[in-house]
Amino acid sequence: MSDDAKQPGLVPAFDVMIAADERIEPRDEMPDGYRKTLIRQIAQHAHSEIIGMQPEGNWITRAPSLKRKAILMAKVQDEAGHGLYLYGAAETLGVDRADLLDLLHTRRQKYSSIFNYPTISWADMGTIGWLVDGAAITNQVPLCRCSYGPYARAMIRICKEESFHQRQGFDILLTLSNGTPEQHEMAQESVNRWWWPALMMFGPPDAASPNSAQSMAWGIKRFSNDELRQKFVDMTVPQAAVLGLTLPDPELRFNDATGHYDFGPIDWTEFDRVVQGHGPCNDQRLAHRVRAHEEGAWVREAANAYARKHARPKITGEAVA
Amino acid sequence: MSESATDTADRAMLWEVFVRGRRGLSHVHAGSLHAADAEMALRNARDVYTRRGEGVSIWVVPSVQIFASTPDEKDPFFDPNADKVYRHPTFYNLPEEVRQM
Repeated sequence: MSDDAKQPGLVPAFDVMIAADERIEPRDEMPDGYRKTLIRQIAQHAHSEIIGMQPEGNWITRAPSLKRKAILMAKVQDEAGHGLYLYGAAETLGVDRADLLDLLHTRRQKYSSIFNYPTISWADMGTIGWLVDGAAITNQVPLCRCSYGPYARAMIRICKEESFHQRQGFDILLTLSNGTPEQHEMAQESVNRWWWPALMMFGPPDAASPNSAQSMAWGIKRFSNDELRQKFVDMTVPQAAVLGLTLPDPELRFNDATGHYDFGPIDWTEFDRVVQGHGPCNDQRLAHRVRAHEEGAWVREAANAYARKHARPKITGEAVA
Repeated sequence: MSESATDTADRAMLWEVFVRGRRGLSHVHAGSLHAADAEMALRNARDVYTRRGEGVSIWVVPSVQIFASTPDEKDPFFDPNADKVYRHPTFYNLPEEVRQM
């Protein structure tokens, strides 16, 4: 390690690579702040994936057909996989997954607030896929070009799979919207509840997002919160028309001058309340997560005990050379 | 505080996963995962990295068994190659009459 690198925040080789838009890899020297920001962001992203299994898991036993049930199970399994890719990416920065889970379980790290809202109708499975996964994709596509290699690579896998998630959600809503009047109403009611929380997924407005500038300078973030939110609105409004559903915002209209849709003000006090732990399901989600982890402890202990007993690694296939 | 997560008996080894996409290709690093032993690592790797037919063969290697050069491309480790341009075919000028080589 060079002397320069020992001064916090000053890593010339890192600055040169960022300036050249090169990827940073795990064993490269990097500023402490970069490492800490990434660990926090990737961990919270991973936590969101595994907590995000709960609102949908809620409907697996009540899916309206075997086809819908099989699809929903595959989607929830994907969310678990996404969590694992991301915990793996975080671990390349020198943290341990078990410690990150502890931080989640003890409320010292957060997950996306969107998962603190309840899923009270089958239509919510459609709306989550269409709006929540749609917003997530809008956020995540630029992360495929994030400056940290392992995070970017995980995001490429995730984005490919999310595109199935969004389409299956759209398919559920399209079917409901074109169904009986009751089914159409169920779809509309669900979209009405999720629209604003989905817009909040992009985070506070740029003026109130003090860390964004540093993340952009480090190449972690490529677009600002407001830019991504606008992109999402512009993509989603025409899709709502195809669904035959409306979006619950009387101020939503196309602005010929800007070429974008204008939309009404977001209730940031609600956002803050949910982030601070007072959303409808914060306690339920975390309690369920901790219970699942504790109830699975014996399985992990048994697997490790078995592995210790059979200490030589067993190779099931033929030796590779 | 959940005690189980900090219990060392609870922490499984880290493995690196390499997947052969189809016959004729090399195994390529796909990511990492935790597992107590090699068999469990293979099963987990199948579930985590090949849910959509991404592979026909998987290798798992304990992460601690991998030895790596430093990643910096300017590292002296790679210096011996830098001044041997004659290793590249473009180093050699061919007479015009040779159309193809």
